[in-house]
Amino acid sequence: MKNAQVVIIGGGPAGMSAAVAAKEAGAERVMVIERDSSLGGILQQCIHNGFGLHKFGEELTGPEYAERYEKLVSDAGIEFLTDTMVTDLSRDRVVTCVNGNGCMQIKADAVVLAMGCRERPRGALNVPGERPAGVITAGTAQKFVNMKGYLPGKKIVILGSGDIGLIMARRMTLEGVEVKAVCEIMEDSGGLTRNIVQCLRDFEIPLKLHHTVTEIHGKERVEGVTVTEVDDKLNPVRGTEEYISCDTLMLSVGLIPENELSKKAEIKMDLKTKGPVIGEFKQTEVPGIFACGNVVKVHELVDFVSDEGEIAGRNAARFALGKDLEAGEKGKKHVTEKKGVKNLAPEGEPVVICTVCPVGCKITVTSPEKEGEEFKTEGNTCSRGRAYAIKEVTSPERTLTTVMRCGDGTMVPVKTDRPIPKDKIFECMKIINEKTLMLPIKLGDIIIEKIGETEANVVCSKSLS
Amino acid sequence: MYKAAIIGAGVVGGMTARRLSAYDMSIAILEKEADVAMGQSKANSGIVHAGFDPKPGSLKAVLNVEGNRLMEKTCAELGVGYRKNGALIVAFNDEDMKNLGILYERGAENGVEGLKLLDGDQARKMEKNLSKSVRGALYAPTSGVVCPYELTIEAVGNAMDNGAELYRNFKVCDIKKEAHGFIIEAEDGRIIESEYVINCAGIYSDKIASMVGDDSFTVTPRAGEYMLLDKEAGYLTDATIFKVPDHMGKGVLATKTVDGNILLGPTSVDREDKEDCKVTAGGLAVVKEKEMRFFDEVPFDKVITQFTGLRAHGDKGDFIINSPVKGFINAAGIESPGLTSAPAIAVKIEKLLLESGMHVSLKENYNPCRKKRVVFSRCSPEEKNRLIKENSDYGQIICRCEEVTKAEILDAIRTNPGAVDVDGIKRRTRSGMGRCQGGFCMPGVLEILAEELKKAPEEITKKGGDSKILFGRLKAGEKK
Repeated sequence: MKNAQVVIIGGGPAGMSAAVAAKEAGAERVMVIERDSSLGGILQQCIHNGFGLHKFGEELTGPEYAERYEKLVSDAGIEFLTDTMVTDLSRDRVVTCVNGNGCMQIKADAVVLAMGCRERPRGALNVPGERPAGVITAGTAQKFVNMKGYLPGKKIVILGSGDIGLIMARRMTLEGVEVKAVCEIMEDSGGLTRNIVQCLRDFEIPLKLHHTVTEIHGKERVEGVTVTEVDDKLNPVRGTEEYISCDTLMLSVGLIPENELSKKAEIKMDLKTKGPVIGEFKQTEVPGIFACGNVVKVHELVDFVSDEGEIAGRNAARFALGKDLEAGEKGKKHVTEKKGVKNLAPEGEPVVICTVCPVGCKITVTSPEKEGEEFKTEGNTCSRGRAYAIKEVTSPERTLTTVMRCGDGTMVPVKTDRPIPKDKIFECMKIINEKTLMLPIKLGDIIIEKIGETEANVVCSKSLS
Repeated sequence: MYKAAIIGAGVVGGMTARRLSAYDMSIAILEKEADVAMGQSKANSGIVHAGFDPKPGSLKAVLNVEGNRLMEKTCAELGVGYRKNGALIVAFNDEDMKNLGILYERGAENGVEGLKLLDGDQARKMEKNLSKSVRGALYAPTSGVVCPYELTIEAVGNAMDNGAELYRNFKVCDIKKEAHGFIIEAEDGRIIESEYVINCAGIYSDKIASMVGDDSFTVTPRAGEYMLLDKEAGYLTDATIFKVPDHMGKGVLATKTVDGNILLGPTSVDREDKEDCKVTAGGLAVVKEKEMRFFDEVPFDKVITQFTGLRAHGDKGDFIINSPVKGFINAAGIESPGLTSAPAIAVKIEKLLLESGMHVSLKENYNPCRKKRVVFSRCSPEEKNRLIKENSDYGQIICRCEEVTKAEILDAIRTNPGAVDVDGIKRRTRSGMGRCQGGFCMPGVLEILAEELKKAPEEITKKGGDSKILFGRLKAGEKK
């Protein structure tokens, strides 16, 4: 049996930040175990931007955020095993894992659980109807489109308006897919307001609140769904059924912490969050086992996951070294971003939710009455917000993120290095789609200069060799 | 010219093919779907019934009890999971208690061994989650569980190992009787000739019989809707719990499957369309309501999937096993207890064939056993290590919920009858059967299937036909 001071299960954002913090806190032998072929976890398929506003003060794509941490991990000389899956964990911290070389056991002084979460599947929803192909979770669809380069549908209805559902509505639209509707059973969306604006409104995708899918049609492949309004008790209202023809039903109906290993180690679980019960040091009730990130509870932003990973990693190291545990920075509070449509003004009105920083000011813009006068803004707390709001009502701009194909089939995430006019998005997609890449390629490499006569370059957002 | 053609690769067709493959004869198994076990053999309760229920003297009674006796050995030979978990038939009121007594008598008459009448407390001692309102129970220790599609797959596979040939997507549309045998035509134009034909076509067995002029029976699809719960709900019961039949019929059951999940259902409603496998809100509500009588609390929040199976309900009140035309044998109307009876039905068909003058001799090299599939998740760390050292594909876990490795998936494609679609992999390996229901592993399974079958990923289907999963590649057409 091997030995290690700190074993971190999962090499996603939680695990990577825990590893770096554990090493910084003095642990010599830190080991990250990752089941995928590279570090980064789910960030690798989240090619959209919006990550890192809290942690790095700038907007990054998922792969860019991951690559920053991968660099920290490798700079710190932390050992990591990829393509390796942990299959068992005991209360006395024996980690059993398998990979192509064999099945091995590692005795750890401390363990950090950082396995992330998984999507709720269809079965948990009890949607009546047939069992055809074409019912797919948003995350699986994201993997097919962004990582594998395959289209899982042409005409889709999305059930659930969480952030992944919203992001995928835009992503599919950019790839020429018709997103017919997003249905949300609750009275408001749980997704971030900025995502509702940039993923649905930008593309005129209807968001049907208080609606759910009550039947799936089609024997072999999905042919349509019945969408029905629900009452206050969330029961379908008779007579409101609407048949929508589609070939795919995409589900974005929530995430659940991945707790197989937590349960194998018989760690006390929180019935509400469905993850382990943790204390202020991110410790579970089993001595020496810590937990962080979405394996504990589903976090809104990856930035918060990284913060939690740091505390867990540091304390895992301190436990391994026989030191007292330390809580996180006192007074450090996460700003919660605005969610749902309730903050949004009706379409066409000059009220903007600012997305420059996480505060999300609600800014009213008044156009100048006479030529030569300036725009008036109300509700902004900084000048960046003012500029953003004016831009948003006069000539809105968006950062475009998508993938490009390499000759060998590898998909490379790319983005525009600055926002482009909203009405140029499809023109730019067309230009991007016509080009094929060659490996190796590095993060930041310019692929297309000044795309579509804009000021923006298309740059690579992940290093691949 | 085949000696025998078996129409339908369900459990009855599979068991029959296996039985006949012991003889020196050529066998064709004709299946209308892309895979075996695609009808009621993939969606039923998986109960190996003890045999107290069918009317004494009926084919159902005789073949059920005989099939129950054969099942353990059959499963052992085929390497199929089987567990004798016993059954409790529970009673709630006076009518039920009276019926329980009748059932006990009937069971004894059918030759069911070990039956015992229990009071409510004794029943709760066996299954502690049973409701307080359970007043009495009939205990049937010979009742068991088996995975119905696993049994079917391995039976067909064993027959193939012994020389039988499987024709997939062979939808029989016409049968002609000729002097020397039968000419069987498929919708796609393929033709097969065979001296004997055995009709094991499940809900379509009436249509097949009618192709040789036998219109003596009809088969109605009788839908049964089920809910499957996560293994975490496995504490609910170990034994199979039935409600004693009353004037309202047989009711639902609750059981722990061979794999440790809890299965609830089925409903029992006739449908018009033989392809209508819809799950309905009403059906699920009935299952919920009825299950709540068995237990004080049912963890419905642990439901991972729901499905509907169609039973082949014949209009004769019993299995229809006969030979309406010389050389043509019906095994029709095989509804519950058809799964249990299947090994015995195969023996009966074998006898009918031999009696009708089929001249064949036993094979010298017939092997009734299959190589047991490796189930990586159930191996010890030492065994896992050994497997990976021999074949590194065992070190690559594709399905995280059920811990299924690439090696097991490849084996499922390469072993008779090989999986050709995503659901086929699921039924052979459990990949995609866990609580995330394939969300994580499906892209990986699809890639392995494409690579191994030398197809493009967009050609791989969920379950044959037009059930394709992908609509082509991104950014592929634009560049020229």
